[in-house]
Amino acid sequence: MAVTGARGVTNEMLSAQPRKDVIRNTIFASLLFLAIALALAGLCVLIGKNLVEGWSRLNLDLITQNNSSNPAEAGLRNAIIGTIWIMAFVILMLVPLGVGAAVFLEEYGSRTSRITRLIEINIQNLAGVPSIIYGLLGLAFIARAPLSLGYTVLAAAMTLTLLVLPVVIIASREAIRAVPTSIREGSLALGATKWQTIRRQVLPAAIPGIATGVILAISRAIGETAPLIPLGAATFLTFTPSPTTDSFTAMPVTIFSWVKQPQPEFQTLAAAGVLLLIALLVVMNSFAIWLRNRYEQSW
Amino acid sequence: MEARGLEATGPAALSRRLEAPGPRYGEKAIYGLFAACAILSVLTTTAIVISLIVPSIQFFGDVPIGDFLFGTDWGPTFTPPTFGVLPIVVGTLSVTFWALLFAIPIGLGSAIYLSEYASPRVRKLVKPMLEVLAGVPTIAFGYFALIFITPQIQKIWPGHFLGGPPLIFSVLAGGLAIGLMIVPIIASISEDAMSAVPRGLREGAYALGTTKAKVATRVVFPAALSGIVASIILAVSRAIGETMVVLIAVGSTPNLTFSPVKSVQAMTAFIGTTATGDIPTGSTVYKTIFAVALLLFLMTLAMNLLSIRLVRRYRQVYE
Repeated sequence: MAVTGARGVTNEMLSAQPRKDVIRNTIFASLLFLAIALALAGLCVLIGKNLVEGWSRLNLDLITQNNSSNPAEAGLRNAIIGTIWIMAFVILMLVPLGVGAAVFLEEYGSRTSRITRLIEINIQNLAGVPSIIYGLLGLAFIARAPLSLGYTVLAAAMTLTLLVLPVVIIASREAIRAVPTSIREGSLALGATKWQTIRRQVLPAAIPGIATGVILAISRAIGETAPLIPLGAATFLTFTPSPTTDSFTAMPVTIFSWVKQPQPEFQTLAAAGVLLLIALLVVMNSFAIWLRNRYEQSW
Repeated sequence: MEARGLEATGPAALSRRLEAPGPRYGEKAIYGLFAACAILSVLTTTAIVISLIVPSIQFFGDVPIGDFLFGTDWGPTFTPPTFGVLPIVVGTLSVTFWALLFAIPIGLGSAIYLSEYASPRVRKLVKPMLEVLAGVPTIAFGYFALIFITPQIQKIWPGHFLGGPPLIFSVLAGGLAIGLMIVPIIASISEDAMSAVPRGLREGAYALGTTKAKVATRVVFPAALSGIVASIILAVSRAIGETMVVLIAVGSTPNLTFSPVKSVQAMTAFIGTTATGDIPTGSTVYKTIFAVALLLFLMTLAMNLLSIRLVRRYRQVYE
């Protein structure tokens, strides 16, 4: 009797959850699903709305025409060239500075040292400084005295480099840290110097991770508008900028200038431009993610 | 001493090779170069602080700091100019409030779903989409607020509710766009924190007969709380510092209002509209920009430091 009774109670406890719990669980799970569905729906609507608005201008003219005050003739050609110039300089400065800082922190700095800790917290904090403040730094320090570079491609590139440097440093540090110590020790044991070990063993093994960080940083820099505004980015530049001209423009800045125009034709252009920019950044980010997954090494 | 010991057993050449043949100036130079790269980040912070503080000190020479912090009239470009920063601080904070009201439930819901409920296949599909959302440029969110969110608000807003009818530029439109923008920050960092909670805690709770919803809300959520709070603080700091969305969708009228459907000016929007390249150095307006920026910098700095602290704490516990 007692055995069957106990068995019954146990079976009841194990068989199913109380109805109330089942209902509660289902409601909770569907609310969670609703949350993530809303976020993804937001992304889809954002892209869809721009597609609908900008469809009529989503053609080759968008990238082959210079900007113009006549919406029918306006395009992103000179803005794209401006962005390419800026990014070329950004890459030139960003890669050595970012990787150098990461190598220093991982290979030379000791974990417990005060200076390393200070630099570490400082970099994390720089990653959270609003981009417009970098723009003011560019205005007060780079475009005007003490560096006095003027409102040029170079000043814009330096400002953006400082802005995205933390991204590269943090990603490179993770990539370098993932290289096992045994590789370093093996190299040192064979008589290589510290620099030879870093250059021939550590950095080659860390390249995929570093490249991922660099691409993510560049794509962030391409999409940034705010820091270029105080630097006097010319919104209606109709000629092609180069490092020697005393003004510059970039894709998001030109798109912003279109957004501000009252004519509906410019709104269409802006939507098409936004789509082009999103497409470019999505391609770059996907490539970075693919790179990370493809070459992720397990030691 | 040890080298001599080796000499006794092996060829003499071996012992010589154990020491560096020269002082290795190259290695030292390379060390110096790397150190310089790392120090650059400290210099950047120093440069930011100097470039903000110097004009701000001059500004507070012209305008008493009390008038600046507690004044309710903001019109530095008007004649006569007024320098009460409260309207634009309230503007920034109310945009941030609406952004968080949207982003916290959505972001945390997504994080719990991804960490506790989603099958590996769904995760593989959804996480890249969130990364795409994180990669969308800010100008796209601003434009989206203007062409989509604003018309929707105007369509469904119930008449004079909370200061309606809604204007073309409104706090709510900008707030919702920024909210969508910061969802990936909250979702991904919170999910990391929840995934870092050891399986044993969950299994222990299940063994005691707990339901899945309770495991998520009463075991995993509290265990990951510091990471979750850190993600929210980071999101707040991003929302406060966001410029393009407020510039495009919230407007540039410095009203001191709490209505979500009125146009206000946020701190970043003031900087963005006023700090254009042709502004003369040394004018009062120029200095005002830097005083506002200093205030903004201090607000985000406090948030960032707090968030860095919290993230470090949850890492220490479980990793």
